[in-house]
Amino acid sequence: MSQMRGKSSIVFEKAPYLLGWSSIVAQKEGEGPLGDLFDEVIEDPFFGEETWEMAEGHFMRQAAMLAIKKAGLAKEEIRYAFAGDLLEQNTATSYGLKELEIPLFGLFGACSTAGESLSLASMMVAAGYATHALATASSHIGSAEKQFRFPLEYGNQRPQSATWTVTGSGAFIVSREKGPVKITGITTGKIVDYGMKDPMNMGACMAPAAAQVIYQHFQDYGKEPKDYDAIYTGDLGEVGKDILIRLLKENGYDISEVHGDCGLEIYENETQDTHSGGSGCACSAVVLASMLMRRLISGYWKKILFVPTGALMSKTSFNEGESVCGIAHAVLLEREEA
Amino acid sequence: MRHEPTKQEYSQMVEEMTPKHNSLLNCIRAFFVGGAFCLLGEMIKQTMMKVFDISKKDALLYVTIELVLLSVILTGFNLYGKITKFGGAGGLVPITGFANSVASPAIEYQKEGQVFGIGVKIFTIAGPVILYGIFSAFLAGICYFLGTQWGWIG
Repeated sequence: MSQMRGKSSIVFEKAPYLLGWSSIVAQKEGEGPLGDLFDEVIEDPFFGEETWEMAEGHFMRQAAMLAIKKAGLAKEEIRYAFAGDLLEQNTATSYGLKELEIPLFGLFGACSTAGESLSLASMMVAAGYATHALATASSHIGSAEKQFRFPLEYGNQRPQSATWTVTGSGAFIVSREKGPVKITGITTGKIVDYGMKDPMNMGACMAPAAAQVIYQHFQDYGKEPKDYDAIYTGDLGEVGKDILIRLLKENGYDISEVHGDCGLEIYENETQDTHSGGSGCACSAVVLASMLMRRLISGYWKKILFVPTGALMSKTSFNEGESVCGIAHAVLLEREEA
Repeated sequence: MRHEPTKQEYSQMVEEMTPKHNSLLNCIRAFFVGGAFCLLGEMIKQTMMKVFDISKKDALLYVTIELVLLSVILTGFNLYGKITKFGGAGGLVPITGFANSVASPAIEYQKEGQVFGIGVKIFTIAGPVILYGIFSAFLAGICYFLGTQWGWIG
């Protein structure tokens, strides 16, 4: 039977498993509501490195090594790595992972990278090209602010719709060997552009992309929101969440009962002054590797749709007056019944 | 999707659903924070004139130097950002805000070297203010010159 489903989904015949996973974050994330669930909280934002970029790479390397260790593997057993970050030319990925010497596919999907890397790693494993593959993504408030906004010490006011970039990295070992959670399918998102131009309102830029991929997933799979225990988007924040629910409602799907957003879980917005919530590649990756995985394994949930969301833009495209496009990738995760 | 809003409809929807800063509150805060810097400047000026017996013209120079120094020190301790976050334009507009916008890239880009880091990037934020400040002074100068030549300005 064909594993292709509908317009842009896959249902894996032999679903790959998540064998190991890890979440490494910085102090602010450690002080948030999920603080106790992360594997490691690193207090030094530079992680012993000289620059923000190398620090971010270190977060990714640490997460990758821990995920490999938790899977009970050696790094030599990982056949491919799929990894990405937010920086120009994937700086953090390249410098972070070079020591691991794992054949690498470097990815850019903005903050949707966790979904993109999990999608590709699971396709690779399901197709029989790898026994174990690594999927990882990272972001860092220091390197992201420096690249996209202002120096950290510069004083300015952030709008209410702005989000806070998560510092950290999440890593996953996708494997043919049996683990507690399996990836039973994916739906790949396309670029969606509604002409939004405000990079301080990322939620509004990305919500249509999330709506599109979730809608497509329901269509391809012939499912309804009630068929899922949870649908978690990446970093839409307060503003994007409301828009997503409204857009899908207008298309006949009411996800308000099952929807959650990783960006709204990671910080206590009021007390941690994070405005609309968390964002960045690491946001969805570390929330999946901590809270969501725990709930799947404990049996609290059986089946969730994980939908990291990304805003495709650069400082150059913004200065040249182009709009901020969105993209999102859906990964269907199910608990493996013992 | 089956039903997609047009770009215009979507933009309206986003406008409706996005929370805004409270403008009135921001203005009040900016008034007091900006005013506090001015008050500090006046205190420095009076001290210089009364205690150190310095002329008014020189005292004003001291005000500038000392406010810039204060802002750079606060930036170094990552405190100036907090003032602006609270005070908005009250922190951005005075000379202290300008100093912050020069000192912060110097700190951030120091790792990229003295030339390509600090040298190239120190004016990334303040650069436009300097450029257009000088350019508008140039235009005003021409108007003034022509005005005096044609007898419009005394």
